[in-house]
Amino acid sequence: MTFEYAPAPESRAIVDIKPSYGLFIDGEFVDGHGKSFKSISPSTEEVLAEVAEANDADVDVAVKAARRAYTRVWSKMSGAERGKYLFRIARIIQERAREFAVLESIDNGKPIKETRDVDIPLVAAHFFYYAGWADKLAYALPGNGNNGADPQPLGVAGQVIPWNFPLLMLAWKIAPALACGNTVVLKPAETTPLTALLFAEVCQQADLPAGVVNILTGAGETGRAIVAHPGVDKVAFTGSTDVGRAIAKSVAGTDKRVTLELGGKAANIVFDDAPLDQAIEGIVNGIFFNQGHVCCAGSRLLVQESVADEVIATLKRRMKTLRVGDPLDKNTDIGAINSAEQLAKIRELSDIGEAEGAGRWSPACDLPQTGFWFPPTIFTGVSQAHRIAREEIFGPVLSILTFRTPKEAVEKANNTPFGLSAGIWTDKGSRILWMASQLRAGVVWSNTFNRFDPASPFGGYKESGYGREGGRHGLEAYLR
Amino acid sequence: MTTLKATAPPVGPDRLAAFADATASESALRRFLHGLPGVDQVGAEQRAAALGTRSIKTTAKAFALDLAITMVDLTTLEGMDTHGKVKALCAKAMHPDPTDPGCPSTAAVCVYPDMVATAKRALGSSGVHVAAVATAFPSGRAALDIKLADTADAVEAGADEIDMVIDRGAFLSGRYLEVFEEIVAVRAACARPDGGHAHLKVIFETGELQTYDNVRRASWLAMMAGAHFIKTSTGKVQPAATLPVTMIMLEAVRDFREATGQMVGVKPAGGIRHSKDAIKYLVTVNEIAGEDWLDPDWFRFGASTLLNDLLMQRSKIKTGHYSGPDYVTLD
Repeated sequence: MTFEYAPAPESRAIVDIKPSYGLFIDGEFVDGHGKSFKSISPSTEEVLAEVAEANDADVDVAVKAARRAYTRVWSKMSGAERGKYLFRIARIIQERAREFAVLESIDNGKPIKETRDVDIPLVAAHFFYYAGWADKLAYALPGNGNNGADPQPLGVAGQVIPWNFPLLMLAWKIAPALACGNTVVLKPAETTPLTALLFAEVCQQADLPAGVVNILTGAGETGRAIVAHPGVDKVAFTGSTDVGRAIAKSVAGTDKRVTLELGGKAANIVFDDAPLDQAIEGIVNGIFFNQGHVCCAGSRLLVQESVADEVIATLKRRMKTLRVGDPLDKNTDIGAINSAEQLAKIRELSDIGEAEGAGRWSPACDLPQTGFWFPPTIFTGVSQAHRIAREEIFGPVLSILTFRTPKEAVEKANNTPFGLSAGIWTDKGSRILWMASQLRAGVVWSNTFNRFDPASPFGGYKESGYGREGGRHGLEAYLR
Repeated sequence: MTTLKATAPPVGPDRLAAFADATASESALRRFLHGLPGVDQVGAEQRAAALGTRSIKTTAKAFALDLAITMVDLTTLEGMDTHGKVKALCAKAMHPDPTDPGCPSTAAVCVYPDMVATAKRALGSSGVHVAAVATAFPSGRAALDIKLADTADAVEAGADEIDMVIDRGAFLSGRYLEVFEEIVAVRAACARPDGGHAHLKVIFETGELQTYDNVRRASWLAMMAGAHFIKTSTGKVQPAATLPVTMIMLEAVRDFREATGQMVGVKPAGGIRHSKDAIKYLVTVNEIAGEDWLDPDWFRFGASTLLNDLLMQRSKIKTGHYSGPDYVTLD
């Protein structure tokens, strides 16, 4: 008997997308002085809205507004009062969670299941978490070399975020910055500006003082202008390693503080004594969660040779149950690739993998005719020398390598320019601890993957960037 | 009408032979069971919860509700059971919704051994099976010969299916071979004079086994000993059936078929009261074991109140509104 799941679409009625959006500066939506661009739905290629592209003049106005808000209001306000605003924002996000989830799913292409159960709850959790720190900053950084004085905010933070977790990355940036007493100028990614603009409405709803949060939409030029603006005291960026490098160059020689959260090529390491059924779920979650558009994705599977055949066979069986399609369908596991550009990159690297001799496999799946789609894909017989084992694909593509000993697993896992995350699957506790101490990765998950919590710091080694976000460590980036 | 197979599939000597090495001694059996991959509790519960978020609507829901009805082992296992109550239950099993001839019948009724003859007479040739709990149900605390006599008595009275309990005390103290041999013996007692067999369902009482590792080991132990079905609980101990436990058992039958080519059924029992829960189980069957198990020959619900909720949801789909508890029969 075949159990066909009928379509179960989440209603779009809850969101109200305006035909065009301006910039959010000094507490108001204003027209930009630059050009505008279109935000489209990656699952249908439908144009969702016309969005202003902030130019240098807009950036200047926004940074000045943030500075005014910083000096006159936000830095003078007690931590407890700042915390109240953050708690209020967190509650409003929870109240409007479904609206945010649907909008994020439409604009980004990710499944509603994930925006509803992961993205938006984590966004609220981040604001709640940092709201709690706002009046306890004196206890946050014991012995930080401040001569016993309470830690102080930095000033205006210029923040540039990526398209893979649009609202969640906004929360990671804005919540700690505001809790510490900074004001912000934030640029959401060009392809996913809509939830940031809805967040601007939340700031109004929460009566957040004008200028504390400024949202400037735009593309690379806008980002460059924010980073380079002399009135910015702190730059926080999440995105590609190439852009991260350019930012590091642009701020070199200034007194701007910088945190960068960049790419990754994480090893997900499965030992032969692992709880295999759960390891398979961890592999699937590691690489197919959010279409693989995850900087800490477990894109390299290192599996012990003695169980490699079994793991690959079981993984293939599991992949046949993944449902690819309409992001708003509540049963969709894998949604649309975020943009035509990203799809082209995934296709190119996958073709290179095939040309280099790795074995490519995807389950049979019907992909929609319009929009940007890529089936969940694995490559077997991959070696360290293959480009698909070295470069970040940022898509639902897994490279499978094998190892024989724990030492070999560590060597292979560390043999990458990146170092954001890693996963270890074994029933042996001592091995988990030993591996975690050997792996050069900011986050090491054991017997789980892609698990996030606002209390846990997150960040990279090597080309995956520097600085930590989340947890008490995340406060350090916004305090002096 | 259900289309349950009249006789048990051919398990027995073949299967025992296939695992002769693993069951040759206590230590060999322990090595085998403890060599099975472990279960990570957090990950398993996360996976089960994720399966529970599947949204089953409209046509899929109608399909699932009817399928669930055909999988119900309509159960009464009370000290105060009477012949009249059992007859009423049988009538309900054959025609769960008397106003709708299109409503399928349940798979079986499940009763104590002394009620088997009554149930058998009431069900006649309807195709609804009679399942009997045996082997000193629910605790299983009796001597082996008494358990075997209990089983043989139920089979003789006409039971199509025997739901036995394992000796959890022996299992938890690591005397796996004792449990194994007891299942083999009970299975032998399921033989009918005509050469057929009553189906054997082996109840683990997973609420007493405590860990998912134990559930996986018990599943393999019972399958190797020739169980036709593995069943979670008696319904007399809390927690009874849970989605993660059932998922672990579905993984076990899936892996067992990979290893031997033979299918074994799964029956969660106790605590499944709502259609919504039943549908979560069916989604889990579908995505873990596969659609071959979406069949009353291979998956059952041990339940009593579930049936009425399935019927109410079914009439909601047909009429567009909820009727209420007075529009379905009590028993």
